[in-house]
Amino acid sequence: MEKKEMRAAYAETLIELGRENPDIVVLEADLMRATGTASFAKAFPDRAFNAGVAEANMVGVASGLSAAGRIPFAATFGSFAGRRDYDQFFLSANYARLNVKLVGTDPGVTAKYNGGTHMPFEDLVLMRAIPGLCVLEPSDPVSLAALVRRSAELYGCVYIRMPRGSADILYPSSESFEIGKSKVLRRGKDVAIFALGALMVGEAIKAAEGLALRGMAASVIDVLSLKPLDLDTLFALARETGRVVSCENGQASGGLGGAIAEYLLEEGIPIKFARIGVRDEFGEVGTQEYLQERFGLTARKIEEAALSLA
Amino acid sequence: MTKDQVAELEGRAKEIRVLTIDAIGHLGVGHIGGAMSVADLLALLYFRRMDVDPKDPRRADRDQLVLSKGHAGPALYATLALKGYFPIEWLRTLNVGGTALPSHCDRNRTPGIDMTTGSLGQGISAACGIALGNRLASVGSRVYCVIGDGECDEGQVWEAAMFAAHYKLDRLTTFVDRNGMQIDGRTDEIMALGSLAAKWRAFGWFVQEVDGHDMGAMDGAIGAAALELGRPSMIILDTIKGKGFSIGEGKVESHNMSFGAEEAKKAIAALEGR
Ligand SMILES: Cc1ncc(C[n+]2csc(CCOP(=O)(O)OP(=O)(O)O)c2C)c(N)n1
Repeated sequence: MEKKEMRAAYAETLIELGRENPDIVVLEADLMRATGTASFAKAFPDRAFNAGVAEANMVGVASGLSAAGRIPFAATFGSFAGRRDYDQFFLSANYARLNVKLVGTDPGVTAKYNGGTHMPFEDLVLMRAIPGLCVLEPSDPVSLAALVRRSAELYGCVYIRMPRGSADILYPSSESFEIGKSKVLRRGKDVAIFALGALMVGEAIKAAEGLALRGMAASVIDVLSLKPLDLDTLFALARETGRVVSCENGQASGGLGGAIAEYLLEEGIPIKFARIGVRDEFGEVGTQEYLQERFGLTARKIEEAALSLA
Repeated sequence: MTKDQVAELEGRAKEIRVLTIDAIGHLGVGHIGGAMSVADLLALLYFRRMDVDPKDPRRADRDQLVLSKGHAGPALYATLALKGYFPIEWLRTLNVGGTALPSHCDRNRTPGIDMTTGSLGQGISAACGIALGNRLASVGSRVYCVIGDGECDEGQVWEAAMFAAHYKLDRLTTFVDRNGMQIDGRTDEIMALGSLAAKWRAFGWFVQEVDGHDMGAMDGAIGAAALELGRPSMIILDTIKGKGFSIGEGKVESHNMSFGAEEAKKAIAALEGR
C-alpha cells in the first residue's frame, strides 16, 4: 500500500491554506523540525512563530492571536499538548470561545523510544472533557489533510491527534470528509469494530481479515471524529451486528471505548461489547511492536476480543 | 584539586562519553548532544562532589541529583554504572522494551536516579521540593539540579527560581547547561534568553559562570556555592553540544541523532585518540 508521512500531509495542507487565507498562522514549541512545519515557516516567515520550549505560553499566545482575528494552528507532542497546556487550551482558547487548533503528535505507543514521559494515553480523555471541542484523529494522510482543512473552515477549537511518521494511504484523494462523520471501511454482519487513528484502523483491518477466515464477518469503522461522535453510524451498526469492539491507542476508559459505552447504553441498544486500549497503565520505552504487544494494541487482540463476543 | 585529581576526573568523563556513545550507537538513535555536554559535570559530581553510596541508593541523607533535562539520561546511566550502581552491561539495554534504562530518567526503574524527569521544566521544581524536604527532616545534604538552556524557556523554571530564593534554599545548587542550542536551532534564534546570569541574579540567586568542560573551574564554583548561605546557587556552564562526539560536536542536529554501531566505534576511536 502507498504510504506518506503524516507530518508532510500536515505541513503541505497548512501551506495550501496559508496561500488561500492570510489569517492562517502556525505556532510551535521547539518541535518545528519534528512536526514538519519548517516548510510553512519558509513559505510564510512572518506567519510562523516558535515559542521555544514553552507549550503553555504557546497556547496562550495562540488564543490571543485568535482574539486578534487570526486562525492559529499550534502543535507539540501529544503528551504536552494534553497535559502541559491544558488549562490554557481549556480556558484561554475554549472557554473564551476562540478559534485555536491544537495538534498533538506522537499519539500513544508511537512515542516509542521517548517513553512514558512522552507517551500520551490520556490526551483524548482530557480533550473529550472540554465542552464543545472537536476531537479528531485522522487515520491516513488524506483524511488528515481534509480534516485540517475542515478545521480551518470551522470557527471553534479543534484538537487533532497525529502521528508524525508514514501511514498507509487509505482513501483516494477525492474522498470527502466532515467533522463528526466516520467512514465504514468494510461491511460485515457479525461484529462492528470501531477504530480510531492510523495505528488502530490498520490493526482493525488486519483483524477483520483474520476474522473472515474464522467465519466471522466484521465491519470496520474509521471513527475519525471522537467528538462529535458519529452516532448515526454507531447506532446503525450496533443494531445490525449486536457486537461492538472499540479500538484506541490510549486509555480504554474515558476515550472512544468510554464514549461508545455511554451512548449505546443511554440509547438502550443491547449489545455485546469489548474494548481494546490501554488498561490504566503508564507508557514506557520500546519499539512500536514491543509496545503494541505490551499494551495489547494488536490485530490479534482485536480478533480475540471479537471472537469472545460470539 | 591537584593535577592528578583533575586528570582522573577527565578520564572518568571520557569513560562516560565512550559508554554513552556506545549505548546510543548500539540502539541506533538517541539524545547524544545534550548528554555529551554534561558529561564533565556528571564525572565531577559523582566522582568527587556527591556523597552517595551505590550500595544504598536511597539512603536518606545522600546528596541528590535531579537531571531536569531528563533526555540526557544516557550520560547519567553511564556515570551510575561506572560508579557501581548497576552492571556496565545494562547500558546496552537502553530503550529496549522492559529496560531499566529508559531514554528519560525514571526513579522507579533505575538504581541511583533520584527523580523522574522528561517533561522539561518539572525537575527544578522537584529539586526545590527535595531541598525543602531535607530541611524539614534536618538532613544537611545537597541537592544538585541540571537544566538545559532551552529548558529555561519553560515558565515553570522561573516559578521554581522565585520559590527557591523565597525559601532561601541554600542547599540547592542548579546548573544550566548553556550549550546554546535546543531542538529547532540556536537558543538565540529560537527564543533569545538574554543574559541568563542577570536573570538568575535578579531572581535572588548566587550566580557564577564557568566553562563546563573545565573540571577545576567547575569544582571551584561548586565549592563557592556550598559556602553561600541564605540563597540558592546557580552555576551557568558554558558548554558545547555534542562535546567529544566527533560526528555531532557543535551541531544542532546532534540533539537526537541516528547513528549505528560502526559510527559509534569511529567516534569512540576519535575520542580516545585525543
Ligand atoms: C515540556 C517539554 N516540551 C518539549 C520537550 C521536547 N524536548 C526535548 S529536549 C528539547 C530541547 C531542550 O533544549 P535544552 O534544554 O537546551 O537541552 P540540551 O540542548 O541541553 O539537550 C525539547 C523541546 C520536552 N521534553 N518537554
